[in-house]
Amino acid sequence: MTRPSIKRLAVTLTFCFILIAGLISRPKPSSPAPAVPADRLQINAAGATFPYPIYSKWFDEYHKMHPDLEINYQSIGSGGGIRQLQAGTVDFGASDMPLKDDQLSQFKVKPLHFPTVLGAVVPTYNLPGLTADLKFTQKALAGIYLGRITKWNDPEIANANPGVKLPGDDIVVVHRSEGSGTTFIWTDFLSKADPDWKAKVGTNASVNWPVGLGGKGNEGVSGSVEQTPDSIGYVELIYAIQNHMHYGLVQNAEGVFLKADLAGVTAAASGAAKSMPDDFRISITNAPGKTAYPISSFTYLLIPQSFSDTAKRDAIIGFLRWMLKDGQQYTEALSYAPLPKEVVAKEMKAISNIK
Amino acid sequence: MATSTTTLERTPRPGRRGRLHAFIDHLRNGDQIAHLITLAFAASVFLITCLLVYELWATSVLPRHKFGWSFLVTSVWDPVFEQFGALPFIYGTVVTSALALLIAVPLGVGAAIFLAELAPPRISDGLSFVIELLAAVPSVIYGVIGIFVMVPLLRRYVEVPLKAAFGYLPLFKGPAMGVGFLAAGVVLAVMVVPFILSISREVLLSVPVDQREAALALGATKWESTWKVVVPYARTGIMGSIFLALARALGETMAVTMVIGNNPQISASLFAPGYSIAAVIANELAEASSEMHYQALIELGLVLFAVTIIINALARILILTTAGRGTAH
Repeated sequence: MTRPSIKRLAVTLTFCFILIAGLISRPKPSSPAPAVPADRLQINAAGATFPYPIYSKWFDEYHKMHPDLEINYQSIGSGGGIRQLQAGTVDFGASDMPLKDDQLSQFKVKPLHFPTVLGAVVPTYNLPGLTADLKFTQKALAGIYLGRITKWNDPEIANANPGVKLPGDDIVVVHRSEGSGTTFIWTDFLSKADPDWKAKVGTNASVNWPVGLGGKGNEGVSGSVEQTPDSIGYVELIYAIQNHMHYGLVQNAEGVFLKADLAGVTAAASGAAKSMPDDFRISITNAPGKTAYPISSFTYLLIPQSFSDTAKRDAIIGFLRWMLKDGQQYTEALSYAPLPKEVVAKEMKAISNIK
Repeated sequence: MATSTTTLERTPRPGRRGRLHAFIDHLRNGDQIAHLITLAFAASVFLITCLLVYELWATSVLPRHKFGWSFLVTSVWDPVFEQFGALPFIYGTVVTSALALLIAVPLGVGAAIFLAELAPPRISDGLSFVIELLAAVPSVIYGVIGIFVMVPLLRRYVEVPLKAAFGYLPLFKGPAMGVGFLAAGVVLAVMVVPFILSISREVLLSVPVDQREAALALGATKWESTWKVVVPYARTGIMGSIFLALARALGETMAVTMVIGNNPQISASLFAPGYSIAAVIANELAEASSEMHYQALIELGLVLFAVTIIINALARILILTTAGRGTAH
C-alpha cells in the first residue's frame, strides 16, 4: 500500500470512529421509552430461579390489581441477583441464601432480607426391587456424600431400616453440577449433620464434592438417579412432588424420621421462628420441633433499605404487604410451603425499616 | 491502485474547486472505498477480540494475584475455601475434544469423499442437505438425547463389553457409569461431524475436473485418483473444516455438561466422569457469590481462550510442516 492511501485510511477510520462515538454518546431522546407510558411504574428485579414460578404468579396477580405497576423479574440465579443489586442495575434482588456479612459490607445501600416462601430438599435413590421408603439418619447422608459410607448395606443405613433387604453394592452418588440454592440447602444441612462435612466441604451453592457425579439441574440429577442402579441424589421437594418421584425419609433434630411435605417445611420455619434474628438471616435446616423437616430453607427478597425514588419505594412496600398477607394463598397450589404466622408478623414489622 | 494514487499526488495543488474535483474522483474509484470499508470491518473484528481478552484479563485480577501460574497446574476446585486450580478442566476440555476429533474426522472426511466423489449427485445433494440440518440443532437437544438415550446405550453395549475385554487397561478402568469422558467425546463427535462433512464435501467438489481426468488418463483407478490426487489437492480445505470442528468442540457447553459427569478429576479412564472449562463456567457463574469464585471462573474463560489459540497454532504448525513435505515429493 502506498503512503497517501495509508494517510487517507487513517483519516477515514478516525472519521468513522468519531461518527460511531457520536452516535453512542448522543443524548437519549427526552421523551420516555415508548413501550412504557409516563404514568406507569416499572420495577426491575433479578435473582433466584427456585422461587421463579411463585414470583411470576405474584407479580402477575399484583399487576392485575395495580395495572400501573409492572415488576419484571429475571430468574438469573441468586449470585447474579446479588451482583446486579450491588451494581444497582435492578431495584431489588432475590436469593435462596442469606447474604454473608462480608457480602453485605460490599453494598453501598444495605439490602434487607424478606423471606417469601419455603423450599425443601429430599434424598432420592434408585435401588432396583426396593419398594419401601428408606429412612436416612443424618450421619448416613453425610457419610454417603463424604464418601465414608460406600455400600448400601452399611450399618448406618441398615440399622435405621430394619426389615429392609439392602444390597451390598457400591453407592453411586449424584449431586447438582451447577451452583444452586438446592445445593446450598443440602450442604447447609450436611454441615450441621456432621462436623466432618463442615470442616472438609462446607456450605455453598457450589462446593468441592468429595465423591460423585454432577447432574445439571433437578432434571439432570433425577435423570442420572433413574438410570443408574444403586444411586442416590437430591432434588427440590417441589420437583419430587410434581414428578411423582420416590424419596426417602430424613431424621430430624429430634430424631424423628420424616417424609418431607409442605406442612413439615412450614413447621421447620415456625420451629426456628423463636430464635429468628431481626434481619431474618437464619438457616432453618435441622430446626427444632418434632414435625420440622430438617432440610428446609427460606428464600428471600433483597430490598434496599433506602430508596431515592419514593414512588418505587411505596410500590415495593405495597407489594410486600400484599405478598405476606394475600399472596401466601397462592403458594401451596405451586407446591411451595407458606410462611408460618410468626414469621409473617415479624416481617410486617420489618417493612417499616425501608426508608 | 498504486499508479492512480501516485498520479493524483503528482498533480499540482489546485484551488478549492480542483480539490473537490479530486475528492469526487477519489470516490469514483470504488476500489479505495471498498478497501477502506472491508479494512474497517476486519479491524473491528480484531478490536472486539482484543477487548474480549482485555476484559477477561481485567476481571480476573484476584485469582491471578493469589494463585499465579499455579492456577494452571493445581487440581483443587473449592468454592467454599476459595482454592482454585484449572488443571482438571483443561484436561477434560482437551481430552473430550481430541476424542471427538478421533471419531469425527474419519467419519466426516470418509463420508465427504463418498458424497463428493462416488455417490450419484442426487443422493449426494439430498444427504448433505440432511447432514447440514444436523448443524442447526441446538446443543441442548444433543445433551438431552445424550443423557436419556445415548448414555444408557453406551453403558450397556459399549462400556460393559469394553471393560470385560480390556478392563486391565487403564483406559477402561473403573465402574461403567455411562456418563464421563467417553460419552462427552461421542456427543461432541456427532455435533462436529456436520461441519467436517459439509465443508470437506464442498472443497472436494471444487477440485478441478482436469485433476481427476489427468489422473484417470494416466491409468489411475477411480479410487486412486480420489485418494492420491483429489484428496491431497483439497487437503487445506479439509484441514480448515477440522479446525472449525475443533473450535466448536473446545467451546461446547450444554451438551458436554449434560453427559460428562461434572466431576473435576483427572483420570486416565475414559469411563470416569470429568469436567470441561466451558461446562464449569456455565454451571457455576450464575450462583458464584464470592468475588474470588466469580473471578476464578472468568480466569477459566481466559484459559479456554489460550488453550484454543495454542491448539490451533500447534495444528497449523503441523499442517505447515507436513504440507512442506508434500511439495518436496
